[in-house]
Amino acid sequence: MKEIALHLLDIVQNSVRAGASHVDIRFLLGADGVLEMGVKDDGCGMSAELLDRVRSPFTTTRTTRKVGLGIPLLMQNAMQTGGRVDIQSKEGEGTDIAAFFVTGSIDCLPLGDLASTMASIIMGSPDKPEFALRCVSPAGEMSFSTETIRPVLEGVSLAEPGVVQWIKESLEEEIEPIFGGIMK
Amino acid sequence: MKTLAELEAIRKATLSRINLRTDEKSETTRVVIGMATCGIAAGARPVMLSFMDEIEKRHLSHVQISQTGCIGMCRLEPMVDVILPGKEKVTYVHVKPEMVPRIVAEHIVNGRPVEEYTIGAAEKN
Repeated sequence: MKEIALHLLDIVQNSVRAGASHVDIRFLLGADGVLEMGVKDDGCGMSAELLDRVRSPFTTTRTTRKVGLGIPLLMQNAMQTGGRVDIQSKEGEGTDIAAFFVTGSIDCLPLGDLASTMASIIMGSPDKPEFALRCVSPAGEMSFSTETIRPVLEGVSLAEPGVVQWIKESLEEEIEPIFGGIMK
Repeated sequence: MKTLAELEAIRKATLSRINLRTDEKSETTRVVIGMATCGIAAGARPVMLSFMDEIEKRHLSHVQISQTGCIGMCRLEPMVDVILPGKEKVTYVHVKPEMVPRIVAEHIVNGRPVEEYTIGAAEKN
């Protein structure tokens, strides 16, 4: 992956497939330059046994193939900066995955186009789950949620191109002042 | 600044177009983009947003974009299937955003697949 935002697009699919009804996404940049990318969902969660082997590329829940590279690739890119990936999960309750990136490291990926990623995520799953995004850095913070715009759109799908465009542009405006320094 | 009032205007415009769609009884054309780990890493996100841009620009309300997982041909990603109503599925491979306007104009609007971008052409070489 060339951007941290692309890892988000990939990892969120796990929450969608876990049948989540709410997915909370967070990007928290501390004064120490460590960026946390977190995805918390209320999907089906994982058993202790599955959680134990979920970091392996040879673990996947799909039945068509025996490999799954989403989490291993995320771990590789977090760990090569000196960061890590934490995964907490409970069967029947949900999963919280957090990747930590040391943004000062020469090996750290740029955050990338988070607005495009959110637009793609919402376009791919317009009806369920509800997605929320919160971005925090020393420069400021913002939050966004599909739940707040759904009532305005009454009767119109979030996947309509005009709506997706609006979401993308409005997020671009709000994210730039917060993460401007680490996006490229 | 993007406002909710703008979103409300988008909703109204979209609704009137949707009504038009049901009046015409036109059937849906489907664009399916591979968005698993392999597709995303190969550049599927900008491809999907290019399709969205192009469809919005041309007001093609009968086109539906959706995502799919990995179908096992990761080396050919980004892959896009275009399914016109009543026609066979056409699979495009190694799709780049620059290729999207041509696929939309020639295939989706005019019904002639862009042969040189298809999986058939790629596998011949």
